[in-house]
Amino acid sequence: MHIDWAALGSVFGVSLVITVALVGLFTLGIVGLTKRESAAAQGNSAALAVSGAYACFALCAAAVGYGIFLIVA
Amino acid sequence: MEHITLLLGIVIVTALVFDFTNGFHDTANAMATTISTGALKPKTAVAMSAVLNLVGAFLSVEVAKTISGGIINEDGLKTEVIFAALVGAILWNLLTWLVGLPSSSSHALFGGLIGAAVMSMGWSSIDGGTVVTKILLPAVAAPLVAGIAAMLATRLTYRIGSKTDQKATAKGYRAGQIASAGLVSLAHGTNDAQKTMGIITLALITGGVLNPGANPPMWVIVSAGTAIALGTYLGGWRIIRTMGKGLTDLAPQQGFAAQTSAATAILASSHIGFSLSTTQVCSGAVMGSGLGRKGGVVRWSTATRMFIAWGLTLPAAGLVGAGAEFLTKQGSWGVAVTALLLIAGAGTIWALSRRNSIDHTNVTDDDVTDVTDEPAGVVTTAIAAVTPPPAGTVADLDTDVKTTIPASPAPPSAEPARPATV
Repeated sequence: MHIDWAALGSVFGVSLVITVALVGLFTLGIVGLTKRESAAAQGNSAALAVSGAYACFALCAAAVGYGIFLIVA
Repeated sequence: MEHITLLLGIVIVTALVFDFTNGFHDTANAMATTISTGALKPKTAVAMSAVLNLVGAFLSVEVAKTISGGIINEDGLKTEVIFAALVGAILWNLLTWLVGLPSSSSHALFGGLIGAAVMSMGWSSIDGGTVVTKILLPAVAAPLVAGIAAMLATRLTYRIGSKTDQKATAKGYRAGQIASAGLVSLAHGTNDAQKTMGIITLALITGGVLNPGANPPMWVIVSAGTAIALGTYLGGWRIIRTMGKGLTDLAPQQGFAAQTSAATAILASSHIGFSLSTTQVCSGAVMGSGLGRKGGVVRWSTATRMFIAWGLTLPAAGLVGAGAEFLTKQGSWGVAVTALLLIAGAGTIWALSRRNSIDHTNVTDDDVTDVTDEPAGVVTTAIAAVTPPPAGTVADLDTDVKTTIPASPAPPSAEPARPATV
C-alpha cells in the first residue's frame, strides 16, 4: 500500500494558500469599492482605492479563468 | 443473444438513473451556500448549476477508462456485476437524500462495486490498499483540507472587512460566491458525467457492441450529460437544506469563503492527482467557515450524522450490491427481480419523502429542526426496508409501497401506518 503523502500535502498547501489569497484579495477589492462611496459622500476622490480594488478583482477573475482552463484541459 | 441485449439495455438505463441521482444528490455541493445566503434564488441556482453540469459533460474528451480506478480487478467484469453495483449505489443515494445527508455518490458506486465484485469473484478481486488510499484516507483528508482553508479565509475576510458596512459588501460577496459555485458545477459535470459515460462504454465493450478501447458514441455523451443536468435541476432540496442551513448559519462572507475553498480544493486535488470527494470537500468547507466566524456555531449533531453516513456508505452500498449480485447470478429472472426491487425500493423512499416534502419554496426556512430531527426516526425504518439482502424482502417492499402511498396525501394519517412499515 502506497500513500502519496507528497500529493496530499501539496493539495493541502495549495488549497490553503490559494483560498486565503483569493478571499483576501476579493475582500480588499470590496473594501476598496466601499471607500469610493464614503469618499464621494465627503466630496473627496478615492482613485487609488478604486484602482486597487479593480486590480484585486482582475486577479480574482484571472484565477477563475485558470480554474476553467484546468477543468477543460 | 437477445438476453445479453436486454441486460445491456437495463444496465444502460440503470447507469443513467444513477447519473440522475448523482445530479440531484450533488446540487447541494455547488449551490447550497449560494441558496442559503440568498445570492441566487433557489430555482435560478439549480438552473444555473444544471446548465453548467451539461456544459461540463461535453467539455472533456477524456472518458474514464475504468469505473473504480483500480479498487477492483475489472478484467472479465460481467455486465450483471455492473448492474448490481449500480443498484446498490442508487439505493444508498436515495436513502441519504431521504434523510437529507450529503454523502459521496462516487463512494456509493465504489461500495456497490466492491459488494457485487466480492459476491461474484470473491475477496481476491478487491485491492484493499487502494480502498484505503482512494476512499478512506481522502474521506478524512477532504473535510480537513477544505475546512481549515475555509476557516482561515473566513477569519481573514472578517478581519479585513470589519470596518465596512455589512449591507454594502454583501452584494460583492454574493457575486464572488456565484463565480465559485459556477466553477464547482462545471467541475462536477466534467468529472461525474464522465463516470457514467465510462460505465456505459465499459458495459457496451463487455457486451461486445463496441470494440475495446473505443470512444463513447455521441448518444452516450448526450444522454449522460442530460441525465445529470436533469437531476441537478430537480434539486436535492433536502441535502441543500442540510448543507446550507443545517450544519451552520451562513453569512455572505462565510458562504463566499466556503465556496471558494471548496472550488480551490476540488480543482487542486483533481489537478495534482490526489482525488477528493466533492461532497466531502464542500461539507468540510461549510463547517470550516462556520468555525471561522466569531460566535459562529457548527451543529455537531447534524455533522456527526453526516460523518456516520460517510462511514456507512461503503458497507451499506456494498451489502445491497452484494445482495443484488446474488440475485442477478441466478439468471434472467434474478435480473428481473433485482430491477423490480430497485423500482420498489426507490418508490418506497419517494413515498416516505412525501411525508415532509422539502422543495424550492421552503428550502431556506429557518425552522431547521423539523428536517434534521424527523428523518432520524425514518432512518431506522428506511434502512430496515432497504438494506437487508433483497432475497427475503420482496413481500415487505411491496406492502411498504401499498401502505405508504395511500397514507401520504393526508399527513396525520401517515403516523398510524408507520408500524406497518417497520
